[in-house]
Amino acid sequence: MTQSVVVQVGQCGNQVGCRFWDLALREHAHVNKTGVYDEALSSFFRNVDSRKADSGACAVGGRIQHLKARAVLVDMEEGVVNEILQGPLREVFDSTQLLTDVSGSGNNWAVGHMTYGSAYREQIVDKLRKAAEHCDCLQCFFLIHSMGGGTGSGLGTRVLSLLEEEFPDVCRIVTSVYPSAEDDVITSPYNSVLAMNELTEYANCVIPVENQSLVDIVNKIKHMSDGGMAGPVIKKDSTIISGRGGTSGMEKPFDAMNNIVANLLLNITSSARFEGSLNMDLNEIAMNLVPFPRLHYLMPSLTPLYTLADVNVPTRRLDQMFSDAFSKDHQLIRADPKHSLYLACALIVRGNVQVSDLRRNIERLRPSLPFVSWNQEGWKTGLCSVPPVGHSHSLLALANNTCVKSRFIDLRERFTRLYRKKAHLHHYLDVEGMEQSFFSEAVTSLSSLIEEYNQLDATKNKVIHDAPRLSIAT
Amino acid sequence: MSVVTVQLGQCGNQVGQELYDVICCDAQQGQRKPYCKASCERFFRQNTRGDLVARAVLIDMEPKVINRSMRKAAESGRWTYGEASHFSQKQGSGNNWANGFCVHGPRHREVVEELVRREVEHCDRVSGLMALMSVAGGTGSGVGTYVTQCLRDTYPKSFVVNHLTWPYEAGEVIVQNYNSALTLSHLYQLSDAVLVHENDTVHRICSRLLRIKHISFSDVNKVIAHQLGSVLQPALTADSQGVYSRSPVGIDWQVSAPSGAERSRSLTGSSFNTSLANLLILRGKDVYSAETGGFEDPALYTSWLSPDAAFTSWKSPVPFNKYEKSATLVSNSQALLRPLDNMVRNAWNMFASRAYVHQYVRFGISEEDFLDSFTSLEQLVSSYSQLC
Ligand SMILES: Nc1nc2c(ncn2[C@@H]2O[C@H](COP(=O)(O)OP(=O)(O)OP(=O)(O)O)[C@@H](O)[C@H]2O)c(=O)[nH]1
Ligand SMILES: Nc1nc2c(ncn2[C@@H]2O[C@H](COP(=O)(O)OP(=O)(O)OP(=O)(O)O)[C@@H](O)[C@H]2O)c(=O)[nH]1
Ligand SMILES: [Mg+2]
Ligand SMILES: [Mg+2]
Repeated sequence: MTQSVVVQVGQCGNQVGCRFWDLALREHAHVNKTGVYDEALSSFFRNVDSRKADSGACAVGGRIQHLKARAVLVDMEEGVVNEILQGPLREVFDSTQLLTDVSGSGNNWAVGHMTYGSAYREQIVDKLRKAAEHCDCLQCFFLIHSMGGGTGSGLGTRVLSLLEEEFPDVCRIVTSVYPSAEDDVITSPYNSVLAMNELTEYANCVIPVENQSLVDIVNKIKHMSDGGMAGPVIKKDSTIISGRGGTSGMEKPFDAMNNIVANLLLNITSSARFEGSLNMDLNEIAMNLVPFPRLHYLMPSLTPLYTLADVNVPTRRLDQMFSDAFSKDHQLIRADPKHSLYLACALIVRGNVQVSDLRRNIERLRPSLPFVSWNQEGWKTGLCSVPPVGHSHSLLALANNTCVKSRFIDLRERFTRLYRKKAHLHHYLDVEGMEQSFFSEAVTSLSSLIEEYNQLDATKNKVIHDAPRLSIAT
Repeated sequence: MSVVTVQLGQCGNQVGQELYDVICCDAQQGQRKPYCKASCERFFRQNTRGDLVARAVLIDMEPKVINRSMRKAAESGRWTYGEASHFSQKQGSGNNWANGFCVHGPRHREVVEELVRREVEHCDRVSGLMALMSVAGGTGSGVGTYVTQCLRDTYPKSFVVNHLTWPYEAGEVIVQNYNSALTLSHLYQLSDAVLVHENDTVHRICSRLLRIKHISFSDVNKVIAHQLGSVLQPALTADSQGVYSRSPVGIDWQVSAPSGAERSRSLTGSSFNTSLANLLILRGKDVYSAETGGFEDPALYTSWLSPDAAFTSWKSPVPFNKYEKSATLVSNSQALLRPLDNMVRNAWNMFASRAYVHQYVRFGISEEDFLDSFTSLEQLVSSYSQLC
C-alpha cells in the first residue's frame, strides 16, 4: 500500500482540507468495523501511541490508538488553524504538522510567494520531509489551496515548486479553488494568473474547482431539501453536503461547498485506499489523462450530487449517474464539455458496479462526446468496490477537455482589466523579490496555454485522416 | 511433465487464479486416476501437508490483487498458492510500460528469477513456462515482457509461452495501444507462442451465449480459464499409447511466411480467414468417431503448407469440466489481424501527435524505441495479411 500526504495552504486550503479529514474519518469508521489499523487507513492516517517511544508510530495490523492525518497545515495567519485546533479535529493533527504566522498575506500573491516563501522555506521543507519519512511508500502529494488570496495562491505555489525540487518522483496533484467573477478579493485575478504560471510548470495534475459552481450546486441542493420540490428528498446521511453524523458540530459558511470538494478528494483517493476489480492507482491519473505536460488541467464532475429518494429501478439510476456526470449542473467548474473537445476522460466509479455497466454506458455516451482524433478511445476507468457512506455508488469524472480554456480566457480578461490600469500593482512591486516581469511572464504563459487548447480545438470538426503508416521493405 | 506459470499484474493474477481453479476442479472430477494424476503433476505440487500447491509465481508491483488471489485460492479448499511464491511491491507501474520494463523489471530481476527457479526445481520435468498477463497496463505488459526476456535467457531450451489478455477496444487504459505495441513487438521475438484472448470477444460470449446480465471480470476470467484449461489439460495423442505425455504447450507454430509476396493492406476486402496452423482439441464422448475433415480443407491454409502439416488434433475420451463433449480450437490465423492492425493504427496516430510520449521518455523509452516497435509490428501485420 502507498501513502499520500495532504498539504493544505491558506484559509481555503485548510478549510477544505478539514472537511476532507472529517469525511475520510467517517468513511473509514463506516467500513472498518474491527478497530484495527488497516492498510486502507494507513494510506492517509498514521496510528500513534503516545506512550511508546520514537513518535510512537504503530504498524498496520494493530489496534487503532490515535489517528493522525498525513497532513501539513500552512497558513500565514492563525485564525483558521486555531479554530481547527479548538474543534473536533484537533486530535488528528499535532503541532509539528502546523506552520502559521500572524498577519496573513493580505491577498497578495507576492507576499505569500516571495516574503513568506523565503522566510519559511526551511521550515516548510522540514515539515514535508517529516511527513514523508512517516510513509513507507509515498505516492502522492495533494496540495489544496485557493487561487484568489495571498497565502494559498502565493505560498501554496511556492510549496509546489519545493515539492518538485525535494521529491521529484512523487506525484503532485493540486486542487485549486478558483474565485468566482464577483469575488470579494479585488486582486484575485492577479493572484490567480501568477499562481497559474506555477501550476502549469510544477504540477502533475491540477483539478480546478470554481466557487461559483459550488455555490450553484449548494443552492440547488438546499432548494431541494427545503421541500421546494415535491417527492424527491435528500438522504440525510449523505456525505455530500451534510456534516451531520461526522465529528463537526455547527456548519460554517463554506462548509457545504467544501464538503463537495472533500468528496471529490475522497473519490480520487478511493482506489488507493480500497480494493476493486479494476484498481486505479493515483499515478495512473497523470499517465492516462495528460497527453502533453502542460495540458494537465482536469475538470471534475461528481455524481450523485442531488441524491433523490429511492424510487427508480437500480439500473436506471446507475445509468443516470453516468449521464449526469456529463451534464452542466454536475461540473465543479463552469464548463460545457459536451460541446468542446475531449483529450481524455477518466471515470472513477465506486460501489457495486461491474465492467458491463461501464461498457454499456461508455457505448451509450460516446457518440455524443467529441474526442480528439488521436484519442477516440480516450477513456480511463477505475472500479472501487467500497461506495461512499450513504450511497450505493458514485462517480467522479475527470475530463481533460479544451473547454477549460474558457475559464482561463475569462481570468485573463479580468487580469487585463486591472493590469491595464496598473491597479494595485505597487502593492506587489513593493515586495522584495517581486518584479513586474513576473506579471508579463505569467500572462504570456497563460496565453500560450490557451493557444495550445485552441490549436487542439481547431481540429474538432475537421476530417482527420489516419497518419500514413510506416512502410516496410517486404 | 509440468508447467510453471508466472502471473503478472492485476489481470495476470486474476486470470491465473481462475485458471488453476478450473484445472483443479476438472482434474478432481469423477474416477479417472491417470488423467487426474497427469493434470495434477502438470500444474500442482504437494506441500508437506499434502495440499495441492499451484506451480505458479505471482508478481505484481502492488499488493492488493495478489492478496486477493491468494485468499480466493485458499478459500477454495482444494488448492493454494505457494506461501512464498509471490512478490509484490507497494506501488503499481501506473499503466506505464516503460516504468515496468525499464525500471521495475530490472530492479526486481533477481527476486523474480529466484522464485521461478525454485518453482522449476520442484518439477521432475518442465515442459514449459507460461507468463499470464494483460498487454494494456504497466506491470503485466512491461514487467511481463522483461520477465519473458529473462525466462528466455535462463531457459533457452524450454518452451516459453505467453497468455495475453487483449484490452477492450474502448479501453480502461488510455495508453493501452502504446503498451500493447511495445509488448507485442518484443514478445514477437522472444516467445515461442502467444495465446491471446480478446476482452471484447470474451465479453460477448458472456452476454450473448451465457446471457450474464451484470458481467464482471470474474465472469470474463472464468470463460478464459475454461478455454485455456481445455487447451492445457492433458490429452492423449495417437502416438502416446495411453500415456498423457503430450507437451501441453508444444504447439509448433513457428512457421515463417515466404518472402517476396505482394503486400496487401486491404484488410477489409477479403473476409476469409486464412490459417497458418490449427490445433483442434476434442474431449469427451465419441471423440474418435468425430468428423474433423472440415478442418483439413486445403482452402483453409496457405498454399505452401499442406493440411497434414498445418492441422493437428488431440483427442481425449476424458470429458472436460463435466461437458459430455467439448471442442477447443487454437488457431494461428488471420483472426488476430484486425485487432492487431487497429491497435497499430491507433498507436501510430497517437504517436504522430507525440501525445503521451513524454511519459515514456521519462522512464527511458525513446522515440526511436517506439519507431523500432512500430517497424516490427508493421512487419508482423504485413506477414499475416499476405497469407494466401
Ligand atoms: N470554496 C472555498 N473558498 C474559499 C474558502 N475560504 C476562502 N475561499 C476563497 O478563497 C479566496 C480567498 O483566499 P483565502 O484562501 O481566503 O486566502 P489565503 O490563502 O488565506 O490568503 P491570505 O488570506 O491573503 O493570507 C476567495 O476566492 C474566497 O472566496 C473556503 O473555505 N472554501
Ligand atoms: N479479462 C480480464 N482483463 C483484465 C482483468 N483485469 C484487468 N484486465 C485488463 O487488463 C488491462 C489493464 O491491465 P492490468 O492487468 O490491470 O494492469 P497491471 O498489469 O496490473 O499494470 P499496472 O496496474 O499499470 O501496474 C485492461 O485492458 C483490462 O481490461 C481481469 O481480471 N480479466
Ligand atoms: Mg487567509
Ligand atoms: Mg495493477
